[in-house]
Amino acid sequence: MVDQPIGRRNFLKGAGAAGTAAAAAMTGGLSACAEGQTPAQQAQQNAPASEPMMTLTPTEAAFLGAAYDTFIPADQYSPSGTDCGMVVYMDRQLAGAWGTGARFYRAGPFLQGKPEQGYQLALTPREFFAAGIAAANDWSRRTYGKDFDRLDPAQREEALKTMDAGKAEFTDFNSKYFFDQLYESAMEGFFADPIYGGNRNKVSWKMVGYPGLPATYASKAAEYRGKKINLPPQSIADLS
Amino acid sequence: MGVTRLKRTDAVIIGVGWTGSILARELTKAGLKVVALERGKFRTPETDFALPHIRDELKYAVRQELILDPSLETLTLRHEINETALPFRRWGAFMPGMGLGGAGTIWNGMTWRFAPFDHEMRSHIAARYGEGAIAADQTIADWAMRYDELEPFYDRFEKLCGTSGQAGNLRGRLIEGGNIFEGPRQSDYPNPPLTPSRGGELFARAAKNLGYHPYPTPSANLSREYRNPEGAVLNPTIFCGHCDRFGCATNSKASPNSTILPVLLDEPLFELRCDSWVTQIVYDKAARKATGVRYVDTASGEEYEQPADLVLLCAYPFSNTKLLLMSGIGAAYDPATGRGAVGKNYCYQVTGQVPVFLENEEINPFMATGANAMNIDDFNGDNFDHEGLGFSGGALIFASPTHGRPIMGRMTPPGTPRWGRAWKEATAKWYGHAFTIHASGANFAHRHNYLDLDPTYRDKLGNPLVRMTYNFRDNDRKLSAFVTGKAVEIAKAMNPTILGAPMPRRGNFHIVPYQSTHNTGGTIMGADPGTSVVNRYLQHWDADNLFVIGASTFPQNPAPPPTGAVGALSYWTAEAITKRYLAAPGRLV
Repeated sequence: MVDQPIGRRNFLKGAGAAGTAAAAAMTGGLSACAEGQTPAQQAQQNAPASEPMMTLTPTEAAFLGAAYDTFIPADQYSPSGTDCGMVVYMDRQLAGAWGTGARFYRAGPFLQGKPEQGYQLALTPREFFAAGIAAANDWSRRTYGKDFDRLDPAQREEALKTMDAGKAEFTDFNSKYFFDQLYESAMEGFFADPIYGGNRNKVSWKMVGYPGLPATYASKAAEYRGKKINLPPQSIADLS
Repeated sequence: MGVTRLKRTDAVIIGVGWTGSILARELTKAGLKVVALERGKFRTPETDFALPHIRDELKYAVRQELILDPSLETLTLRHEINETALPFRRWGAFMPGMGLGGAGTIWNGMTWRFAPFDHEMRSHIAARYGEGAIAADQTIADWAMRYDELEPFYDRFEKLCGTSGQAGNLRGRLIEGGNIFEGPRQSDYPNPPLTPSRGGELFARAAKNLGYHPYPTPSANLSREYRNPEGAVLNPTIFCGHCDRFGCATNSKASPNSTILPVLLDEPLFELRCDSWVTQIVYDKAARKATGVRYVDTASGEEYEQPADLVLLCAYPFSNTKLLLMSGIGAAYDPATGRGAVGKNYCYQVTGQVPVFLENEEINPFMATGANAMNIDDFNGDNFDHEGLGFSGGALIFASPTHGRPIMGRMTPPGTPRWGRAWKEATAKWYGHAFTIHASGANFAHRHNYLDLDPTYRDKLGNPLVRMTYNFRDNDRKLSAFVTGKAVEIAKAMNPTILGAPMPRRGNFHIVPYQSTHNTGGTIMGADPGTSVVNRYLQHWDADNLFVIGASTFPQNPAPPPTGAVGALSYWTAEAITKRYLAAPGRLV
């Protein structure tokens, strides 16, 4: 991947700047979201986190944090994506079997196909995100003069929309393709069982009213039908 | 490396899903020694589908833990014969199963019978609308047995599963609340229907007000405790919303693992070998006999030959087709000439959807099973007049969430941003107040939709992948537009707060968005050895002791899910073998 040294230095130097994931990464300690607090309080407590990464470089972690915080901003529904653990989630995913290409047909030749033929690159998810983040930051520097995580919230929003529309001109990379995978990773990290590191304190499940597991409604299916079910969600850890 | 030749057995079975399990059970009952080869892992509900870890959406639904690993074997796709096929590097549109129980482990449990029309599609359409109603490139065909011949075997499969449903036609008597369009059934479902969901209830009420005939899904997720004829006990469903892509933690979903395998694994005449990937059916062309199979033990890499008097090909449609092509049994289909039959008439499912958003209704999408929808058959098959419509066939239209798993089971109204505060607000607001009306439509066989061996891409063992040449055709797009329109009509009758964007199938077949794992054809049944692979007993035309069983034998894909018919055909063939073939081995037709 292309990791510009100047970008790295700026990233480190700018660690104290407001509004960047890098800034968040340099201050505060890890704490889990706690019960009985507003999401804003939880977010403050969570204000993370020099969390150790298994595979992501600081530049990559900052990029993902900025993207996830744009997708999932802190509000009355949940803390920010970073504070929900989504960067931790993605770091573990990319470091693990999925990231290194498990359950993925990787025999060549690798030819460009129609969109309807799906993913046809040789890259594993780890390689894909490395290349995609580098290409996105490269484009961001050409367009805005700085890496994506250094953009202000309005610029981040605009940059992601441009990628989503496939109009961000990445070098050797389809920006829409990258965006779709980035977006998918955000939804997975935010809504997956907290055992994976994102969705800390089951915030997304509380947000939508998903009761998690074990979900035994056998005798209550008729009784509950059409009525609000208010059950605190249970995760794998709660039942282990 | 040498091939180790093993001791002969009476019958060898390739693939241990629904068909393999049923055939193994029936053949051992008849006293045959059966070796069953399953390329996936051994698994049991107690250890592999246990709480709490089985309820892990990321692992099972998103990363597809119980699905065929594409790095071992996948398919290639091209839309037209002049294009280059490329591999499905990940599954999307559909997901073949893998492991003991096969796709039968991870299904949703919808257990339909096909209607009499579905068994006689070609002759029925020609009789009602004239030969001209069937386009020259529609290679549809009648089944090789009628509905009333298969009826007792549909019944056996329902009793094996403990199917929970409401009869609509009991020995010719129509019963309101059941599916009045179904073929006459000789006996009722073994268990009463499931409690409908709120979504199903709302759909049924709207459909009924429009004059349609809603009925509950015949469900293999059970409504009460049930002991099946094999002695296996199944529990009532708990509506946990983890059916498709998951194994069942509570033994409430009928699967090979819950209904037959517990009995088979104690059967001395039955020998199961997992991690055993069959690569070839050994064929004596002069004698027109299969003499056994070759397989690779994937744990050791050792290759074996298992001789057998009977060979039963019971894998998924792609593998059934591939093994015949790799073994040189029967002529490969040639779309240019229309000759040859292996690989012919590959079909899929033509679907359509429309979401509805009802702000004052608590839908509780997570309180669901894979099969407690309400359905209508008013636009299925030929239950409506097709004159002037420009297409044949129809769809089952149904509604109910099958789960509320939050990574994949969320909906927001049209116009909602994809992220940010507004997205979060809409997601929080609508998660519990929306569901989708689905259409599951027929797919008519087309001369350019077929399977063969890919010239370039290989599986993990170095053998060719199956190449799918497939696209939606004119009939499919018109059918989808029509039935999606009917779904919208019902949606509007619910007075939704917001009507979602209708999604008929348009354009090319796309391998990424999930549509349905209902893949059929490739080894079709028929009355003519020139245009079909197997006869009406699913016996191969070119080898009397080789039977090919499963949805690969469907001449085309009717609208409802295929598993009920797959189970029925398994019992049908088992009876032909045990009652007729064993007494006088030879061609049954």
